[in-house]
Amino acid sequence: MHVLFEPGFFSSGPVHVALAVGGVSALVCAVVGVFTVMRGQSFAGHALSDVATTGGSGAFYFGASPLVGFLSAGVMGAGAMELIGVERLRGRDVATGVVLGFATGLSALFLYLDSTKSAVTGVSQQVLFGSIFSLDPSTIPLVSALSALTLLVVVVIYRPLLLSSVSPDLAAARGVRVRLVGLLFMLSLAVAVGLSSIAIGSILSTALLIGPAATALRVTKNLRAAMALAASWGVLATWLGVMCAYDSYYWLRPNPGLPVSFFIVGLIFVGYLGAGLPARRRPSSTASSLQLESASA
Amino acid sequence: MLNAWIIGSIVAIVAGVVGFFVVMRGAAFAAHAIPNGAFAGAAGANLVSINPLFGLGVFSLVAALGIARLSRRGRADAVTALALMVMLALGAAFLSQSTEYEPAIFSLLFGEILGVSNAQLWPVLALGAISVAAVAVLYRRLLLCSLVPEIAAARGLRPERLNLVFLLVLACATTMTVPVVGALLIFTLMIGPPAGARCLSDRAPVAMLLSVLSALATIWGALACSFTTNWPVGFWVGTLSAAWFVFGRLVRWWRLARATPRPSSSPRARDGALARA
Repeated sequence: MHVLFEPGFFSSGPVHVALAVGGVSALVCAVVGVFTVMRGQSFAGHALSDVATTGGSGAFYFGASPLVGFLSAGVMGAGAMELIGVERLRGRDVATGVVLGFATGLSALFLYLDSTKSAVTGVSQQVLFGSIFSLDPSTIPLVSALSALTLLVVVVIYRPLLLSSVSPDLAAARGVRVRLVGLLFMLSLAVAVGLSSIAIGSILSTALLIGPAATALRVTKNLRAAMALAASWGVLATWLGVMCAYDSYYWLRPNPGLPVSFFIVGLIFVGYLGAGLPARRRPSSTASSLQLESASA
Repeated sequence: MLNAWIIGSIVAIVAGVVGFFVVMRGAAFAAHAIPNGAFAGAAGANLVSINPLFGLGVFSLVAALGIARLSRRGRADAVTALALMVMLALGAAFLSQSTEYEPAIFSLLFGEILGVSNAQLWPVLALGAISVAAVAVLYRRLLLCSLVPEIAAARGLRPERLNLVFLLVLACATTMTVPVVGALLIFTLMIGPPAGARCLSDRAPVAMLLSVLSALATIWGALACSFTTNWPVGFWVGTLSAAWFVFGRLVRWWRLARATPRPSSSPRARDGALARA
């Protein structure tokens, strides 16, 4: 028992908060992530977490709450990407890149201004990497409420979103407002990514968004099953990662422990590679059959 | 300051040339991921006290190979995201074991173009020349593969191999510039000016020339603005690059609006025309 759970794991307050917030973020990210991976918007999903950190450093400069900064920057970034965004994949890629470049430029400015304003070190470290063990417990209700809202939006627009992801032309012919649905999805993506990057850092937020979803879509062709699988794998990987990171303080005793993100990303990546092994024997293309199946559903 | 101008110009030329194909091929995510992830290599090299350039080079090569290899089965964007996250997580682990924190990260991400020494000029010049030469050799093949993949395939070009070679060129062009100008600056220069230039001309050589010129204007303008305002160069490069893109889009929109004799066309039709163009 003590090999797995080093002393104090279950009684430590920060560990409880980390497990709760990490689990909620992993759940929301995985569900939104399945659509993100299916729609080919992984770059936007990652860029939004960087855009959100711009908001974080800006909020630090203006003395506002980081949550406000993260969310407003994310929502503005998503709106800008969708505004420039053209239907073609390559155009969208460039639009995302331009918004990301501008936002990281702003980030450089805010970090510079932060460093001139106060002598607080570790701001950029904190903003870029986050720390799941130094969360404020009072943020849990707000994070949970906004996560629930994001999930609700995805559930409400589920069918039109699915149709317009698989075939925008067919969706438009059936009277779905494809651009409105796309915008709503981008906004919920921005909220999900913003929340998870403030909670667990920008690295983990992308990893939890893309990793479990891409893994699940390798395993199953059924979209609902993929969502369930992605959510459970994401939550499991997060909890295992938190446990390993906590334990690593004991394993490497003279040295400092390893960060949570290292373990969670490692687990997720191994899972992704593992999920590709059985697929190697089946020559059928998962992507096209998934699209056909969900179009007829 | 003179070194900053020289190195800025080299970087702008390389970014204009390579970035043109980044935009054409829709490889913006890879252009973001490879230099950003390569910072982990520098952090690792720091930890075992070898030359950070070595770590950067190894990590960016591994990233390019890994992305090309894993994305053969599709979903290149998801694979790129995963590769970037693995590298960043490794970087976080390396940093947690070393004592250098803030300045190291900050300078690798945002660069120190104002503190470039003479010794740093030569590697950047050499690798920049290699990248530009590689693009010149591959020019026709890359163009064909990006514009009409079917014809390229019919002529016996192998898109997967070309993709791998292009990612290696990208790795070469971005990585060695990371310690000098930062991952942020090179990425921004590779997207904004070329994307704006593409909107200005449909002819590839002209667009590429415009892309180099606007990248040069961006870096020179950014250095000048940064010198007067004392704000970071990265901020000005980001803003000016985005401005080029907006400018290109506006010019194209204006041309389309003039070419269509009916200005009363609905916004939906205009969007469609923009998407098709």
